[in-house]
Amino acid sequence: MNEQAIKDLLYKLADDQLILGHRNSEWTGFGPILEEDIAFSSMAQDKIGHSLAFYTLLQEFGEADPDTVAFTRNANQFHSSQLVELPNGEYDFSLIRHFLYDNAEFIRFEMLAQSSYEPIAKVATKLKGEVKYHVLHANTWIKNLGSSTEEAILRLQSSLNEALPYALGMFEKSKYEQELIDTGVYAGEEAVKAEWLKRIQAVIEKTELKLPDLESTAPKYGGRYGDHTEHLQPLLDEMAEVFKIDPTAEW
Amino acid sequence: MNLTKEHILTLLEEVKDPEIPVLSLVDLGVITGVDISEEGHVTVNMTPTFAGCPAMDYMKKDVERTLEKHGIGKYTVNMSFDKPWDSNKLSERGRQHLKEFGLAPPPKYDLILDLDILEHVRCPYCDSEDTSLRTPFGPTLCRSMHYCNNCRQMFEQFKPL
Repeated sequence: MNEQAIKDLLYKLADDQLILGHRNSEWTGFGPILEEDIAFSSMAQDKIGHSLAFYTLLQEFGEADPDTVAFTRNANQFHSSQLVELPNGEYDFSLIRHFLYDNAEFIRFEMLAQSSYEPIAKVATKLKGEVKYHVLHANTWIKNLGSSTEEAILRLQSSLNEALPYALGMFEKSKYEQELIDTGVYAGEEAVKAEWLKRIQAVIEKTELKLPDLESTAPKYGGRYGDHTEHLQPLLDEMAEVFKIDPTAEW
Repeated sequence: MNLTKEHILTLLEEVKDPEIPVLSLVDLGVITGVDISEEGHVTVNMTPTFAGCPAMDYMKKDVERTLEKHGIGKYTVNMSFDKPWDSNKLSERGRQHLKEFGLAPPPKYDLILDLDILEHVRCPYCDSEDTSLRTPFGPTLCRSMHYCNNCRQMFEQFKPL
């Protein structure tokens, strides 16, 4: 089995979760209501834990330890999609991103639970149970707010329009895509995307929201191979601030 | 002393979940295996409840401290996803302890967990099933928050997973 191909896959899984986990944590203390403050903080904790599980698998391939990998790389070494690094914006944007991202994440884990590469299959089997709660949370709020007041619907629609090109960027193919598919390691981005569209459409149809025309929406690719927006480096600088002052600090 | 698996498991009864101090790690279901080699080396395998649970590291150290306290010098404690945890692994005694602590135990399920069950969690105070989910996230990763329409109180549940 091609080690490079699996490492590439692990990095994109781990980096997405680390960066979105950090963004979610920025809601701690600022949530619009207490329950949402707790929800985003809990999902932050889950996502950081999920990234740790994948960085640990990378370490078994000879990569540096999880803290070093998480805290010492620069933006152009990150494999995360551009969607996860975008600033939180207002609650409507964070909610739409959470909805678009976690539905995809859950499908990835469902498919990876069947992976021919056993260590990934084990981790994915475990994590999909946790992400189920993230999806439940996102879908519930989108259904409630997406059919509530005019302002809520307008705000969500505008965030959906803004986030969609970045969400499609999540499905940027790996250099090793065909190999991962042929060896049964991963079903591949096309398969994830097809299922994702079905599931998000099923939720959106229950609201006043409309999914923008996909044919005329150009995906924002590049993140998987180090091409990021100007928002990622400042996030990394802040995340690694303590580590860079004292890498041996216990906290 | 001739160490047995049962003896080690009895010692591990002492180690409690730091976030739910009535629940031992054995009842929680996170101890997935105990092996004792012919030379007397004790290996304890554990698995996290939730991957991001900050208490797991603490629990692992607590297992090590407990083994040492009882004079077991040669041991290894491993944490892995080899036998992943799910809430069906909570023992009956553990479920009873959770209820007494005021936390609704997770409902048991077959094969696939349908989260619709969260809408009818049994209230740990009055046993009513006329309850509703307020939010799937709570004060710790393993808890959700609910409202009982019968005794009109908020309560928490140990989430099914």
